Order: sequence, then C-alpha cells, then structure tokens
Amino acid sequence: MTAHIFKHYWLYFTTSLAVFVVGLVMIAQGGLKPSIDFSGGSVLEVKMDVSKINSSQELEERIDKIVDISSLQLTSQKTLILKSKSIANEQKDAVVADLGTEFGTVEMIRFETVGPVIGRELLLKTVFSVLIVSMVIMLYVMNQFKDLRYGVSAILAMLHDTFVLFCAFALLGVLYNVEIDALFVTAVLTTLSFSVHDTIVTFDRIREIRKKEPNITIKEASNKAVLQTLSRSLNNSLTIIIMLATLVLLGGTTLRWFAVALLVGSITGTYSSTFTAIPLLLLWDDVAKRWSKGK
Amino acid sequence: MSSALKRYLFILFCVIVAALIAFPTELKLPYNLFNRSGEVTFKRPVVDLEIFGTRYTRDFTLKQGLDIQGGTQIVLRADMSNIPAEDRETALESTRQVILRRVDLYGVNEPVVQSSTIRQANGQIGEFRITVELAGVSDPTEALELIGTTAQLDFRLQGIASPEATVSAIAFLQSFEPTELSGADLKRSSVQFDQQTGTPVVSLEFNPEGTKKFADITKDNVNGVLGIFLDGYPLMLPRINVPIIDGRAIITGEFGLEEAKNLSIQLNAGALPVPIEVIEQRSIGASLGQESIRNSVRAGVIGIGLVMTFMVLLYGWKGVFADIALLVYAILTIAIYKLFSITLTLPGIAGMLLSVGMAVDANILIFERMKEELRNGKPFELAMKLGFGRAWDSIKDANLATIFTSLVLINPLNLPFLNTSGLVRGFGVTLLIGVLISLFTGVIVTRTLLRLFLKEHSLTK
Repeated sequence: MTAHIFKHYWLYFTTSLAVFVVGLVMIAQGGLKPSIDFSGGSVLEVKMDVSKINSSQELEERIDKIVDISSLQLTSQKTLILKSKSIANEQKDAVVADLGTEFGTVEMIRFETVGPVIGRELLLKTVFSVLIVSMVIMLYVMNQFKDLRYGVSAILAMLHDTFVLFCAFALLGVLYNVEIDALFVTAVLTTLSFSVHDTIVTFDRIREIRKKEPNITIKEASNKAVLQTLSRSLNNSLTIIIMLATLVLLGGTTLRWFAVALLVGSITGTYSSTFTAIPLLLLWDDVAKRWSKGK
Repeated sequence: MSSALKRYLFILFCVIVAALIAFPTELKLPYNLFNRSGEVTFKRPVVDLEIFGTRYTRDFTLKQGLDIQGGTQIVLRADMSNIPAEDRETALESTRQVILRRVDLYGVNEPVVQSSTIRQANGQIGEFRITVELAGVSDPTEALELIGTTAQLDFRLQGIASPEATVSAIAFLQSFEPTELSGADLKRSSVQFDQQTGTPVVSLEFNPEGTKKFADITKDNVNGVLGIFLDGYPLMLPRINVPIIDGRAIITGEFGLEEAKNLSIQLNAGALPVPIEVIEQRSIGASLGQESIRNSVRAGVIGIGLVMTFMVLLYGWKGVFADIALLVYAILTIAIYKLFSITLTLPGIAGMLLSVGMAVDANILIFERMKEELRNGKPFELAMKLGFGRAWDSIKDANLATIFTSLVLINPLNLPFLNTSGLVRGFGVTLLIGVLISLFTGVIVTRTLLRLFLKEHSLTK
C-alpha cells in the first residue's frame, strides 16, 4: 500500500489547535457556565400559559419583587425556567402563587435547590474522580506498553479529548446557555475511557507489525496499522454515534445535553486515537532522532 | 452432542428464562382484523414459590428512579451543636428512624432514608446528614411537611380497653386518652444504670409545672399504663408503680444501652432528636420524566434498529448473528435489571443505549480479524478461531478502562471523596452491566451461533 497517512503528520495538530483556539476564546467569553450543582442556587421550572406574557422584562421585574432572580428563560416546551440564589420552599410557593394570579394555572415541573456547601463538595469530588480515573488509566497504559512513548502519547491524546469536550461546551454555553453539571462530568469520565479504548487497539497493532517486521520504520508501521484498523475503528464508532445521535435528536429534553457530551466525546475519541496519539508518537520519535544526531 | 451445541442449549435456556422475566407483567395488544377490533392481553405469571417452607414471591417490575416517576429528594443537615460529641451518631440514627417512620406511616412507596457523615480533612466529622427520597411526592411542600419539624411528644393514659383492643392495633392505640402532660413539661431525660441490676434505665425529670401534672396523674392511676407517644405513635408504654411527686421518674425495661440512649434522645428533643435544616432539595414533577422516558425509549428502539441494519449491511450473514446476539443482550439486560431490582434513571437509559453501541464493538473487532485472516488465505474454521482469539486481547484491554471508570462512577464502597449522586450512579451501573453483558453476548453467544449455523460456503462476504 502506498497511501501515506502520516507523511505530514504535524498537519493533524493544526485541526486540534483550531478547535482549541475557538474553545479558549469561548471560555474567555464565559462559555463554561456552572449549573447549580456546582455553584449552588435554585431552579424553578413551571408550566403555564406563556402566551400571556407581554414582555419578559416586565415579568422579571414582577418576580424580582418577591425573589431576586438571576435569569428567566422561556423554553420551546412552553415552560418558564427561573434561576436564583438558593431560596427556601416558602419563597418558591410565593412566586408560584403570584404567577397564578396573573397566568391562571401554574404547574410546578421541577424545583431544585442546592446549598453552597454541596456545590463545593461536588466540585472536589469531581476533581478527585477525574484524577483517579486518569491516574489509573495512565498506570494501566504504561504497564500495557512498557514503553514511555506509547503511554505518554495515549495519555496526551486522552487529555486532548477532555479539552475538546470542554471547548465544545464553552461554545454551546455561549450559543445556547448550556451549563456544566454533574452529568457533564460523567460524560468527561466516560470519554476518558473511550479515548484510550481506541488508542489501545491501534497501538497494539503497531507493536504487532513492528514485531513481525523489525526493519520497518515506525512511520510505516503506523501507516499500516491505521489502514488495517481503520474499518474497525470507523464501524465501531459509527454504531456508537448512531445510538447517541438518535438519543440527541429524538430523546427526552432532560437528557439532550448529556447525550451531546457523550457524542462529542466519542467522536473526538475516535479522531484522537488516529490523528493525535499516533502523530504524537511520531513527533517524539523524530525529536529523539534529531536530539541524538545533534549530540 | 458437540460442545458448541451444549453451549447453544445453555444460552437458549438462559434467554428463555430471561425473556420470561423481562416480559412486561401485562401486555395489551389492540388488533383490528376483518373489521373486528379488540384487545389481546398477555399476562406473565407472578413467581410464587414455596421452597423449604419459605414463601418466595416476586413480580418482576422495573424500578424507576425519582427523575422518571417524579418525586422529591431532600438532603438535611442535622444541627448537633447541643448534643455531646459521643452521642451524635446515636442522635443521627434516631433522627433517621423518626423520619423513616413518618414517611412509612404516610404510605410512600419504598422510601429511602439514609444517614451519612461528612468527614473533614483531619478525620473529624464535619457534618451529619440525612438524605430522604420520596417517590411520587413531587410537591416539595408536602414532602417537607411529611419529614416534619413539628412533631409532638405527649403522654397518654390507657383507659378501659375495649375487647377488640387485644386483637386490633388501632383499637389498642385508641384506648389511650390524652393527658395534659406533653413534651413541653419534660425538663430532661438521661440514661442511668439500675443500682441493683446494673441494667440501663431511662430517667425523666419534669419542670415544676410538669412535676405537678405528673404527680396528679401518677397518684390517681397507680398500676395504670402511661404511654409516651411521638406523633401519635407509642414510643414506650411504662406502667406506674408508685405515685411520683418529686418529678423524677425512672423507666425500667428490657432495653440495651443503645436503645435506652436512643429513647432518651428522642424524649429530650420532644420531636426530632436534633434540629434539621434543608441543604439540598430536588423535586421533579411526574410529567417531565414521563415525557423524557417515552422519547428516550423510542429513540433507543430506533437506534437499535439502525445499528442492526448497519451490521447486516456491513457483514451480511455474520451481521444477522451479531444482531441476534444484540437481541439476547437486550433481553438479558432487562432481566438483570429486574432480577437485582436496579433503579432505572434517565442517565441510566443513556448508559444502556451507549452500551448497545459498544456491544457490537466486540463483534466488529472479531469479524474484521476474521476477514483479514481469510484474506491471508487461512481456511474458514481456522480464520474464525484466530479471529476470536486475537480479537479477545484487544477486547479485554479496551473494556478494562470502561469497567474501571464505571466503578468510580458507581462508588460501590461509598467513599466520601467520590460521587454519591443517584443520577451519576445510575449511569455508572448501566454502563458496567452493559459492558459485562456485552462481553458475554458479543464473544460467547456470537461464537456459538457462528460455529453451529455458519458454514464456509454460506459465507460470501
């Protein structure tokens, strides 16, 4: 086979770089919005005759007299979502009663209150679980390959995926006010394991080829390995993408952004095992060669 | 009988049992045939066995989480500032029991009331918490009233018992008449030890007003029973042995130290052993969850259909067998959910669907390997053997990471520094079960089916 996927392997880094730049700009714009899971606060969602609302500004001022709300949002399901600092049940009842005098029947769909202590705790727990999962995966990959180059490349690819996920949600945060909640963190952890899943299969193949043909360069071996595993990687990712995409498009509203996060994670996970992990491996190899020549 | 056939029969048996469990309790199918419409109802028998004298009844139903059926979850913080450090854990436990009894009496379906302690970095307990989950109670006001901060402790005298009182619990409780003595008259209660026997006893000390009321009651009712009631539920039913005029009473009984402590704490606080405060509260109306689950299940069915079509298009006959394995996977998953009463949450459904996508991964790996071996000129039998063998290493390696991640999400040891959120756990559990079952169906089931039914000549793809 003559196709050379990795002839100009550094080109693949530019794709990732472009995503990172967009992501960083979005993060700078405040795109990563913590949900009440992390920041503490209250969310009240009610179903009522929203067509009676003349102006949302007016409505906001009206509710502000009872509870100081930080945002008011009308959803496509004809519900009203109010967010505020952590409020007690009685204050919520007062708001619902007040809305009732103006809009008739008001049905409470959900009411969530998280105290600031719980939010801080969740943040700590999140950091811990991400650290533990990445540490163990790291040790596992290192042990699997017994070669620093493979291990480090796999882990960098994994971090790359995590960061892509954050970039995507910063963009969604700016565009659609999507928030970072406990389920987003779950999606990040799942992405971590996905990411190495594919990388391990590809790296396994590279080592197998090099064992069989000791004279082959690492670049050629990578090329061969990718061509051999490409259909498997694509097919497998496609089945996962089919499942998640139907869930995003047709699934329930409460699950939508969680499914989007998993979808983004599985796509970047597939991309990175071929176009981030292997180029990193090759880059390492090139740098090492130049280093020894220079000496 | 060949080993493949034996294995096939074993798998068939598992699937039939699982299908029986997974089948809905009642399935109504409306039909319209030759202008005659009606409904056929299939019913699944309820398991009702008697094994060695123990009755075993189960009707296998899927347990739905709060986010699906609607309900309220409340996290309470117990204020322990007035409780001596060594009694705090007991106080937390008795608070939990009081709350559990209240929600039980109210008739909430399978309430969850858990206590937990949050340790600080130095190992000291920083916070005492109680988590309450009430399925079906989606009005937070109702839920908070139920948990209650307004409980009543009062003393009731047993009157003339009606004949039914000995057989009916309600009649028995009704035979008690309220007195003027209430929790407000109690100054304090403590645990002491009987000087003769050394067994723990509960002491009561009344305030001046209470002393007078208590003296009047005990003088007039020697040998009567003066029940101590909490929320209309008898806590203790001590008998008056002698008139007590100094406002100091001792209740003796067959209780252990823990029980005595528990009683004394409940008496001290009158209501809940310790003051509680809401720090987290989530109420979900039933309509939101119902809409979401309907859509998600529909999305899941469509997704599975698409994946199955995809597999057949890619791998022909082999794809059909992978699809059969996928159906086996679906049946086994639902059966395991019902068997182990695993609570299904919406993120859990996402985890389930995700693992369907991953379930065919093993098949894809194996089939691609087989293709390669065939391309290299190996005969079919050998190619299959090699395909399964070589692919297994990759499958194992790749799934280990997912298994570990799901364990961190589930946090089975309840480690305080890891997640304890029900939604996240729900996802972790389905992901773990999904990966494990898919290893079974993707590797063992598919291999057995291929060995038995697929011959070389039928393989054109």
